[in-house]
Amino acid sequence: MPKDFLKNARDSYDVVVIGSGLAGMTSANILARAGYSVLLLEHHYQLGGMATWFKRQNGHIFDISLHGFPAGMIKSCRKYWTREIADSIVPLRGVRFENPQFSLETTFTREDFTRILIEEFGIAPETVQRFFDTARSMNFFDDQQKTTRELFEEFFPGRDDVVRLLMEPITYANGSTLEDPALTYGIVFSNFMQKGVYTFQGGTDLLVRQMREELERNGVDLRIRCLVEQIEISPDRRVTGVVVNGRRIGCRAVMSNANLKSTIFRMAGEEHFDAKFLEEARAIRLNNSSCQVYLAMKPGMGFDFCGDLLFHSEHRGFDIDAMLSRNISSRTFSFYYPETRPGSDRWLVVSSTNASYDDWASLSEEEYKRSKEELCRSTISCLEQYIPNLRDMLDHVEASTPRTFEHYTRHWQGASFGTKFEGLAVSKALPEQVSGLFHAGSVGIIMSGWLGAVNYGVIVANDVDKLLSPAAAGV
Amino acid sequence: MNPEEIRQVVLEILERIAPDEDLSELDDSVPFRDQMELDSMDFLDIVMELRKQYRVQIPEEEYGHLVTMDSAVDYLTPRLKDASSPA
Repeated sequence: MPKDFLKNARDSYDVVVIGSGLAGMTSANILARAGYSVLLLEHHYQLGGMATWFKRQNGHIFDISLHGFPAGMIKSCRKYWTREIADSIVPLRGVRFENPQFSLETTFTREDFTRILIEEFGIAPETVQRFFDTARSMNFFDDQQKTTRELFEEFFPGRDDVVRLLMEPITYANGSTLEDPALTYGIVFSNFMQKGVYTFQGGTDLLVRQMREELERNGVDLRIRCLVEQIEISPDRRVTGVVVNGRRIGCRAVMSNANLKSTIFRMAGEEHFDAKFLEEARAIRLNNSSCQVYLAMKPGMGFDFCGDLLFHSEHRGFDIDAMLSRNISSRTFSFYYPETRPGSDRWLVVSSTNASYDDWASLSEEEYKRSKEELCRSTISCLEQYIPNLRDMLDHVEASTPRTFEHYTRHWQGASFGTKFEGLAVSKALPEQVSGLFHAGSVGIIMSGWLGAVNYGVIVANDVDKLLSPAAAGV
Repeated sequence: MNPEEIRQVVLEILERIAPDEDLSELDDSVPFRDQMELDSMDFLDIVMELRKQYRVQIPEEEYGHLVTMDSAVDYLTPRLKDASSPA
């Protein structure tokens, strides 16, 4: 008989959280701390969503998305998680750019970007100051017509080298492009490129373990290998429960950390929404997916410091089509030194490239296998420029593709950065369509990345609390 | 609670949200954000804390009342007049 992953689960909870990405886990934690009974359901065998890792022979541990996140993560972890988690967040030492237009290293702070733009790119100090101030003052109810391309054109006309410096890291972090609204760029840029870039010392596995322990301390009922098939909604459009692994569990609210479109079209069902809302939901564009190549050195063998993040490109100018193309000319390398996991003797590299699902979905098994091998091969050749004796040290190499991301996260088209800007309005409007149905996850670009996901989880937990908390007494 | 007790409640919430800030010199008539590093998430935390402790519901469009200590106390006084002080 198959194992019952819902053994001893109750028949009903105040809140069911679907998915254990950073937004789902944070929501669950906030709601449990507020005194609600919370069931957290994850289809995979480990928690974390895209904040994840995997283990291979010889004890190698690969982090998928650990490097790096903004300084704001420290404060959010302290407030919504624990002091212990916040205290393990440390700055990365250096971010490098290597491309036909420039070669430089930065601490990823406003001061350093200002210095680089003035000294290396010859931009007038007032322009740099004005650009930073403009980006910082952007709000998400601002004009949505202006694109990021137009924003750059206004401040740095004709300077595709400046665009590359300011855009490549953001595209790496959230998949956004020059056609996305300028305000999404402004908000993410101000969070991300002001105070350095950070990582979690101890690795993603330790972070997620500490989060799991905190969830358990707060009484969250955590279940892995539990796939939600259906969100149960009454004819008067109220959430009444979920069907998971074939079992019905009642609840007053659902907080879905699954992909927004899957939540609406697969789990809830079209019949519960207004036609206009469905039209908007259908029109949501997903962000692109990714390919990654994971390289582990033999135990004890390593290389000198060559940056923590390296934006490598052979392409002239910033060109999103070139970045998405399977004919790869741009790669972002994350270098993991032994201090990632203190006491370890491992050097690892993860190469990330943005990728289109369609390019990979249609391949036959034979072509798919060959394409993955080619991806590994070309990545190694590229990386040899920075680590000359790489081939002598390599112990393990493998690749993931949009198909891999789809398999593990169940995101439509393996989207690794959620949805474009319009997804935010639909996500926020969900509870107006169905009482008790909430969504938090990477949407609208500004709510993506590790910090965006954590904070959006808190924002939505607040809405859930508002719905569930009894009316004010005596007022 | 009276206005002085409400001020104390808000102060204690702020101390929890921003433990590194010295609040002894806080000017009640000046926006919090001009005196300490508070972002929109911090204001949300204040709203959540007030709801948790006193079940007071503050709609999103009224968050603006929380901008200074004076305006926050004025806004909360009628809403918390029947609540009892935590002390």
